[in-house]
Amino acid sequence: MKETARRTHRLSQPALRTLAVVAAAAPLLVSCERPPVALVQNGYRGTAMDQVIDPRLDALKAAANAVPAALPPAPTVGPLAGTIYKNVQVLKDLNVGQFTRVMLSITRWVAPPDQSCGYCHVVGNMASDQRYTKVVARRMLQMVRHINIDWTSHVGATGVTCYTCHRGNVVPQEVWFESPGESAQGGVTAANPNLYSPHATIAGTALPYDPFTAYLLHDQPIRVNATQALPGADGSSLQHTERTYALMMHMSTALGVNCTYCHNTRSMPIWSTSTPKRVTAWYGIRMARELNVDYMESLTRVFPAHRLGVLGDVAKIDCATCHQGVFKPLYGVSMAKDYPELRGPMSTPAPTPAAPAAAATTAAAPPTAALTRP
Amino acid sequence: MALLSFERKYRVRGGTLLGGDLFDFWVGPFYVGFFGVTTAFFAALGTMLIVWGAALGPTWNLWQISIAPPDLHYGLALAPLRHGGLWQLITMCAVGAFVSWALREVEICRKLGIGLHVPLAFGMAIFAFVSLNVIRPLLMGAWGVGFPYGIFSHLDWVSNTGYQYLHFHYNPAHMIAVSFFFATTFALSLHGGLILSATNPRKGEAVKNAEEENSYFRDAIGYSIGTLGIHRLGLFLAVSAVFFSAVCILLSGPFWTRGWPEWWNWWLNLPIWH
Repeated sequence: MKETARRTHRLSQPALRTLAVVAAAAPLLVSCERPPVALVQNGYRGTAMDQVIDPRLDALKAAANAVPAALPPAPTVGPLAGTIYKNVQVLKDLNVGQFTRVMLSITRWVAPPDQSCGYCHVVGNMASDQRYTKVVARRMLQMVRHINIDWTSHVGATGVTCYTCHRGNVVPQEVWFESPGESAQGGVTAANPNLYSPHATIAGTALPYDPFTAYLLHDQPIRVNATQALPGADGSSLQHTERTYALMMHMSTALGVNCTYCHNTRSMPIWSTSTPKRVTAWYGIRMARELNVDYMESLTRVFPAHRLGVLGDVAKIDCATCHQGVFKPLYGVSMAKDYPELRGPMSTPAPTPAAPAAAATTAAAPPTAALTRP
Repeated sequence: MALLSFERKYRVRGGTLLGGDLFDFWVGPFYVGFFGVTTAFFAALGTMLIVWGAALGPTWNLWQISIAPPDLHYGLALAPLRHGGLWQLITMCAVGAFVSWALREVEICRKLGIGLHVPLAFGMAIFAFVSLNVIRPLLMGAWGVGFPYGIFSHLDWVSNTGYQYLHFHYNPAHMIAVSFFFATTFALSLHGGLILSATNPRKGEAVKNAEEENSYFRDAIGYSIGTLGIHRLGLFLAVSAVFFSAVCILLSGPFWTRGWPEWWNWWLNLPIWH
């Protein structure tokens, strides 16, 4: 009996060891990918300015970013909504058919199916502004038109619709609030401001996880690169540098691209060796900042408390809000093309797009040669 | 160079892997052998191809000459010479020359009747090169992911390839490789310092021996790995550094396409934290 027990013990030990090794290795193996991979070349051959894509993960992402079918176009003639309905403040240039088409589309793109029109409107008195959601929606419509008219430097001819961010959610899934501070984590890391816990919005790095307040709300300088080889010219702190790196990590993960999508990393700051996409991104940072200040923050008092962050701030926009892991939102499919109603006032010819105010900044502005869109 | 008197004892015929007696001779101090001939052939041809590629390029600045691999759209096919074909030929010459050199080392070991430790160690360096410019391109489906042959350009490639995975310091195999590289230099400096200290005693004293060397480390850290052991350790550390370097680049791309920080989610998601 004793002998058998000992033998069993002797036999099971290697088996246990193998099991332990397999158990330890399993998460490592499961978390890896496999060939074949897809490659996209963005620079001269041999510079390694390439995107490396797992086609299996990309298929999942493509399915998650499928574009819903557009409603059939509205007749171009008809009485203006502003003359038929009461309290139409933004879309008064649309005819009734176009106006109804936009309302139906918003219902599909944003409102919960069980509430439909009633999510924003007081049913029975559609003109009422009693529900806060209607006030928010009005401001958001102004924002969409503003983006499509004034921010072609970032959105190009593709434009945006409500769906670009909302994707069927009343609040877009990818939004940010100001961080209450690292100390809110508690535990042993709380006392050390240089230690951060990894966060998905900055690609899982242990960097400061709120680069947004500084750069996408406040206009703090982003670049930390010294302009000469020896120390002395640049006073950027370690924290500042890490925050900039965190913003870059966010942009990478929000767009599902690596650093070489915009930068030739032999010199991050030089525009002449960067890709044209960096110019688009430069405008994108300024666009997000302007939208957060002019549109989102203007709604802070409109939202009920449960829609606000810990610090009482409104939900705000970052790169992922529209991009959602894709280099161009919805893989560059233009929904706005099917929605001329959202591209600007219909009755009057669209005004010449004014250069964004931020583009006038000379110090950090990209050279004009690089402004040519890809 | 004159033959030293004792060299006749060791410079004996035989031990060749290929070519029999045909190439079994010395030129001055250098053993030739079949693989000496192929080494010279591939090295000379590869160098001339590099010079040709430089002549096609925009500069003769030694730092800036670069022979780049083909565009990615050529995949694993042969490219025109001016558009990466030269890089492909030079890669073949490089592998040919490196492997020939290793096999020539094997022949010399066989002549002397010693172990194959040196060619095996050199083989690990060859494996690292082949990983970068042969195995990884094969796994990723394009020769274009290989690094260019140029002093600055290959460094730019390293930088961009690292940033393809956002933060290469989070690559676990890179972490291990870097640790081994530091450990290698640490061990070599300790070993070199110890030998020099034993052979440079106070003025007027005789050179010290292995017992003093062993005693030094027994006194300092309670253990001496020994005169043979330190060389086993050195070989292990150096070979491991190169091996994990090869692993870290073979993982990046074929087996991981995203940022390396994100890979560590398996650790964050372990049930013990929840």
